[in-house]
Amino acid sequence: MADALHTLSAAELGRRIAAGTLTSRALCEAFIVRYKTINDKVGAFTHLDEADVLAQADASDARRKAGQGRGPLEGIPVAIKDNIAVKGQPLTCSSKMLASLISPYDSHVAERLRAAGAILYGRLNMDEFAMGSSTENSAIRKTFNPWDLARIPGGSSGGSAAALAAGLVPLSLGSDTGGSIRQPASHCGVVGLKPTYGLISRFGLVAFASSLDQIGPMARSIEDCELLLNALASADARDMTCFGPSDRALTPAGDAKKLRIGIPKGFLGKGVAPEVAAAVNAAIEFYRSQGCAISEVELPSADLAVPTYYVVATAEASSNLGRYDGVRYGHRSATAGTPVEMMTASRSEGFGPEVKRRILLGTFVLSAGYADAYYVRALRARAKIRAEYLAALAGVDVLLTPTVPTPAFKVGEKASDPLQLYLEDIFTIPANLAGLPAISVPCGKSGHLPVGFHLVGAPLSEAKLLAAGRLFEAAHGYAHQQAAL
Amino acid sequence: MSTSPSDWEVVIGLEVHVQLHTRAKVFASSPWGFGKEPNEQVDPVVLGLPGTLPVVNREAVEKSILFGLVVGASVPEHCSWDRKNYFYPDNPKNYQLTQKDFPVVVGGQVEIELPGASRNVMGEHKFIRIHHAHLEEDVGKLSHAGSGSLVDYNRAGVPLLEIVTEPDLRSSAEAEAFLRSLVAMLTQAGVADCDMEKGQLRCDCNVSVRRRGVEKLGTRTETKNLNSISSVRDTVIYETARQIRELEAGRSITQETRGWNAELARGYVLRDKEDAHDYRYFPDPDIPTLKISRETVARLTKLVPENLYDRQRRYVEKLALPYTAASVLVNDRALAEWFELAVAAHPTNPSGIANLVANDLLRDLAASAGAAGSFDEAAPAQVSLSSCLIKPAQLAGLVKLTDDGVISKQQAKEVFAEMFKSGQDAAAIVDAKGLRQNSDTGELEKIVQEVIADPAVAKSIAEYRAGNEKAINALKGPIMKRTQGKANPVLIDQLLRKFLG
Repeated sequence: MADALHTLSAAELGRRIAAGTLTSRALCEAFIVRYKTINDKVGAFTHLDEADVLAQADASDARRKAGQGRGPLEGIPVAIKDNIAVKGQPLTCSSKMLASLISPYDSHVAERLRAAGAILYGRLNMDEFAMGSSTENSAIRKTFNPWDLARIPGGSSGGSAAALAAGLVPLSLGSDTGGSIRQPASHCGVVGLKPTYGLISRFGLVAFASSLDQIGPMARSIEDCELLLNALASADARDMTCFGPSDRALTPAGDAKKLRIGIPKGFLGKGVAPEVAAAVNAAIEFYRSQGCAISEVELPSADLAVPTYYVVATAEASSNLGRYDGVRYGHRSATAGTPVEMMTASRSEGFGPEVKRRILLGTFVLSAGYADAYYVRALRARAKIRAEYLAALAGVDVLLTPTVPTPAFKVGEKASDPLQLYLEDIFTIPANLAGLPAISVPCGKSGHLPVGFHLVGAPLSEAKLLAAGRLFEAAHGYAHQQAAL
Repeated sequence: MSTSPSDWEVVIGLEVHVQLHTRAKVFASSPWGFGKEPNEQVDPVVLGLPGTLPVVNREAVEKSILFGLVVGASVPEHCSWDRKNYFYPDNPKNYQLTQKDFPVVVGGQVEIELPGASRNVMGEHKFIRIHHAHLEEDVGKLSHAGSGSLVDYNRAGVPLLEIVTEPDLRSSAEAEAFLRSLVAMLTQAGVADCDMEKGQLRCDCNVSVRRRGVEKLGTRTETKNLNSISSVRDTVIYETARQIRELEAGRSITQETRGWNAELARGYVLRDKEDAHDYRYFPDPDIPTLKISRETVARLTKLVPENLYDRQRRYVEKLALPYTAASVLVNDRALAEWFELAVAAHPTNPSGIANLVANDLLRDLAASAGAAGSFDEAAPAQVSLSSCLIKPAQLAGLVKLTDDGVISKQQAKEVFAEMFKSGQDAAAIVDAKGLRQNSDTGELEKIVQEVIADPAVAKSIAEYRAGNEKAINALKGPIMKRTQGKANPVLIDQLLRKFLG
């Protein structure tokens, strides 16, 4: 039976633990065995502290036996993207710059998971500092798509998605700045939710672009995704942009068959692979057959989203990544010289090419003489995009599009063409710019490669997104799907 | 002493950086204070560890608003923070959180008093406009040791209010007077301690000169990081002379950032405009715009103390204090409030109380405590009343005893000294020492008549009656001798004149 544990949902595992038919130790040992046999093929994890995991599991079992279980996540392993701080664990952001950093503190979400009884299970690979859409920008290792090991898992939360698709863990945390949860979820056939900006504290999330970043839950089913979301959302005085839990976001929505679904005009046209368009159109037809009102909506400024994003995100990143200078922690160049020369050399050696590209771009768009033409204009475009999305969402409950225009590409295929790579996020970026909740739900295959559709809702409409996803999931076979490895 | 020839006018604007008096740092919960081991007062937020976020310290914002209210500024509906990006090892995030577009204080003015012709004469008063004040974070300290560099982040994140004046100052004396007035206002409102020796007040000084009568401002230089009033004064004098010398020699002034070497008493160029940093300011996405509620403003308004010079005018006009005593009292809010409690207990002689407080009490407190350092080394030492054993009502009691003729002014000094040592009531000391004057008219009449009858004084009596006023004093000695010195001298004088008249 132990060898099948990895196929079960987090909710089911939680029920077994609560009933006393499964211990957290047995569960974690089974996942550690699987980690040892599979992780090298997939490369999802960059670090797993077995002794720490088993100590947490034993503590969880002791709690439960003493009648002090902490709820449905008690004893369940949750793997964490390597840009979210866990005390005593590495916090590398998959960068040479932070390769030796051990976090001296817990992020808010790590505290929440501990409070829920979950096991903080290992560190997941990512694009360096969350900059990328393929996890190829990791300075630590490559991660491969479990459905086709020659292909990328998506990114930047590629490790988080691949670990789920490979059955290496039942739940994971990702972070999403422009699609970094939803795009890899789509490529790996799992569920990924980016919450409303401010629903989950960013305290302990290494900042890429502070006004866009959100931590979010990733799972193999809507039910599991919701379990994890509920554990994460809580007020936190350490993040001034976090407004805390919201009944509106977290209270289950009513009848999903009454949802009004908007289809943005032109989003299923040019650039979308035929198999992707077919899968998404089938999903639209499913909702129509269930009684949902389907209508077309206009988002005239949608084309501005990608350029706007690459100005705002890189501007903030150029400042956020300023602190990595080798003075206090992280990579320090052996080159002698003045303190400022040391800082320069440390940054030149510690950052990879994509991170440098974005720092330079961000530095440029904020520079005197250019800021008005780029950064200030981008803020105006951002406000316009947000206004259009909010206006569209006043008439419908959710907007449905593909998550990504094309299925997962081959490792190395787009590595030399950053502009092509940036288009991976064309459907996901607006939700970040507008601070809206969005989810990717598996909806089919392109050949052997998973495809997902994308739902965006008004602020704090997480419950509607989950309800819509649940309705689709219940009628299709994609929940709990795993690649055969 | 001015080095500027009368056909030149100097124009000065100051940027004063003041560490606010708060328990915690401005964006972190770490406490701060002076004299700790390096890097003792840091936490993950102060060090800018990956994933940490700033949280605005309410106390620091409220102290800043209180400053605004003290100088009569308008308190904006909201304020926000921006990132100032530059690389230096003392800056943990390599950006500084500051307020560029929406500062917490806008406008306001500071009344200043220039030195009078002498210490007893009040000088001219002027108002210096405040452009704005913004709340930002201090940086750490970099020091060079042997082959390497060391950095201490204890100071990083300490709340710093940068107060920017309009270019309203016209001399080194005005700059000095402004800083003295500003320090008094900041300390009296509890906004800041302004302790120079602890680096709690630092100043950037913008100086330009122009021909008198010319409206257009000259090119200015900015001398950074001055940490005493005297170095601000010396910088203004030095920079004024240097700029006039350059202009008169037909050269132009370069807009540049300068430093000041206090030991050599000379300035030097740090960097010119070409090397100016591009700070790439943008709104900090981690700190949402902060709304300042009118309730908060109303609550803080109640904490604004009486303005230094309003108090001085009240003392001189309503309480009829001499300027010298008034100016000493108003310099220290605690002392002034102590004085007012004493006046409340004995309202008929404020001057008598003021003189004792401004002279005797201050002198003895300073002597017993040793003066603490201050940003203004020329200002009167700030003394602590917390160790003072005399209570205001007790001092009032002493003045009342003198006013009522119970003891003489000379005896009052002796009683004061004893009160300062023991904290006893004046009346108890007077009784214990038997100092109470004999004002028993009946008894004294008898003694006066006995002395007048003594042939030994007949000659003095004759002289007095012949018109020599001073001769009467020869009779007072024997009376004092018979009363062991306790006879009320005023009463004796009256009685002698009565019986001899």
